[in-house]
Amino acid sequence: MTTTISAPRQAQNPLTAGQLPRWSPWATLLAALLVGAAVAGLIAGASGAQFSIVTTAVIGFVLYLVAITVVSQLIEGGRKATDRFVTGLVTGAFLLALIPLVSLVVTVVANGLARFDLEFFTYSMRNVVGEGGGVLHAIVGTLLVTLWAAIISVPVGIFTAIYLVEYGKGKLAKAITFFVDVMTGIPSIVAGLFAYALFALFFGEGVRSGIGGAVALSLLMIPTVVRSTEEMLKLVPNDLREASLALGVPKWLTIAKVVLPTALAGIVTGVTLAVARVIGETAPLLIIAGFTTNMNYNVFDGRMMTLPVFAYNQYVSPGVQEQAYFDRAWAAALILILIVMILNIVARLIAHFFAPKAGR
Amino acid sequence: MTTAAPAATTRASAPNRPADVIFKAVSTTAGVLILIALAGVAIFLVAQAVPAIIGPLPDDDSFWAWVWPLTFGTLWSAFLAMVMAVPMAIAIALFITHFAPRRLASILGYAIDLLAAIPSVIYGLWGIAVLAPFMQPAYAWLAENLGWIPLFSPPASGTGRTILTAAIVLAVMVLPIITALCREIFLQTPRLNEEASLALGATRWEMIRMAVLPHGRSGIIASSILGLGRALGETMAVAMVLASAGAVTFVVVGSQNPSTIAANIALRFPEAHGITVNMLIGSGLVLFAITLLVNAISRWIIAKTTVDGGR
Repeated sequence: MTTTISAPRQAQNPLTAGQLPRWSPWATLLAALLVGAAVAGLIAGASGAQFSIVTTAVIGFVLYLVAITVVSQLIEGGRKATDRFVTGLVTGAFLLALIPLVSLVVTVVANGLARFDLEFFTYSMRNVVGEGGGVLHAIVGTLLVTLWAAIISVPVGIFTAIYLVEYGKGKLAKAITFFVDVMTGIPSIVAGLFAYALFALFFGEGVRSGIGGAVALSLLMIPTVVRSTEEMLKLVPNDLREASLALGVPKWLTIAKVVLPTALAGIVTGVTLAVARVIGETAPLLIIAGFTTNMNYNVFDGRMMTLPVFAYNQYVSPGVQEQAYFDRAWAAALILILIVMILNIVARLIAHFFAPKAGR
Repeated sequence: MTTAAPAATTRASAPNRPADVIFKAVSTTAGVLILIALAGVAIFLVAQAVPAIIGPLPDDDSFWAWVWPLTFGTLWSAFLAMVMAVPMAIAIALFITHFAPRRLASILGYAIDLLAAIPSVIYGLWGIAVLAPFMQPAYAWLAENLGWIPLFSPPASGTGRTILTAAIVLAVMVLPIITALCREIFLQTPRLNEEASLALGATRWEMIRMAVLPHGRSGIIASSILGLGRALGETMAVAMVLASAGAVTFVVVGSQNPSTIAANIALRFPEAHGITVNMLIGSGLVLFAITLLVNAISRWIIAKTTVDGGR
């Protein structure tokens, strides 16, 4: 009799009975990492190599997965054990994906700061051998080529989106939608080859110019602009269009004065992100814009250096004083990352602050 | 009465204002311009490639014999990248949508998106400077201890700039693309299905296996293929990381690596002239055709599932 009464009392809370306490995964992880560190320390001691954080993390992670699964299997049963195993695996995958990101940013910043000085921003590479020199010609080139790419692709992209949303019906609209999708998949190097083939037709073989780079980039930029603008225009409520048309406003004025202003924030965000996407493109510019050590303000004539090509060129073909070339490559990479990050942040801020408030 | 009827019919359609016509014409022209540009891409590339495809090449090889090792390298590196990227991307998307704390989820998603924003040339620099030296000891170990597996047959590369390193960089680059799409798809799982599953006593993993993954299966396939298209066309990272020898081999840790079409163009085009330009453009056309096919398959899957994927 006494045993039957005391049995339920032992399990104080029937809802949490047979479950691991909340802190157990963390405790297991800590223990696993400590064991991992110990093993890594032993390996380091035995082979005389340096203490390896990688070994610690790998052993710790595997141990954690095994331990939490076994413990959970014994206490909570098979289904819960699988759940905990998968949770560990999925979290591990996420952390693993962060490693390249962190490593890349740290490397670029650490190596890039060596030449992140005033000279770097105010000099070109003209007559520079070895140390010194700067990236001004590449910055100017990148800005000009990207500007021209935007001048070409923004109007085309926005008007195409207007056509698709406001006018487009039937086969033509379907064809355009399909081929915009196709364009999204064009490899950047093929865009560069196209620009080369196009310009070689008019200016002969071996042509290199900034505007060719802009044409190649706009080929990559147009589908992004069309897609984002289309999405934004579709979000504009039909009530607005109908109200405007009902007041007797012509359709083109309705689009220009009602639809576009409503969607403006989204369109600007989309364009900014598209610029951020193409500003780091290397392959097409390598082919059609070429490289040079001189300043060139004229996109229609002659080779034009750009930041990504500069970074590539400095790194793969260093001169005698290797380190100076590598430093310049990393500094250019740092500038490039900063530009891309700033564009991304600006795009998000625009989307955040200027977006039309819904439901008012 | 007789005058009223025609008046009514003219009013039924809005008057044709010149500005309206112009605006519509401009919009239509923009759309048609895209079609013309794409047709231009195809025509110009074919026109420039024809001399290489039909004509005699300098070393008396046929064009297809020349382009085959490159095509193999392109497909092999992309395949290796996908083997790594797809399971990772699914796991990360699941983590962000179903495992991470709600408040953190959007920030974590943004961190992964950042990976997509980084220019490929920087991945190339990172691959040479950090990843290749980091992986080299692992390759040496694999060649020494697992050399009997054909993939790891020795000798190992001394620099670590093997096709596996290139594939890892590719995997990191396509990871955010697949993750972003998978995330969207997982978030579209009917909320009631998930809640019903949990209410019946399923653990979180069982809920995912029975509600989320079946719902997202075609989406996962489609997004993976889109990522594959990106991996096939990626140029700079491969061109910089891979120390290629133009061999056709499955060994992933050695120094005799196949090159890829895109990387080969980037490396050789700046100094190319004459028939070499035509050969390179021809190989670009092959790459274009492959990516086009891959993307078309992906779009087809997406279109098919949005039609009959409703509930």
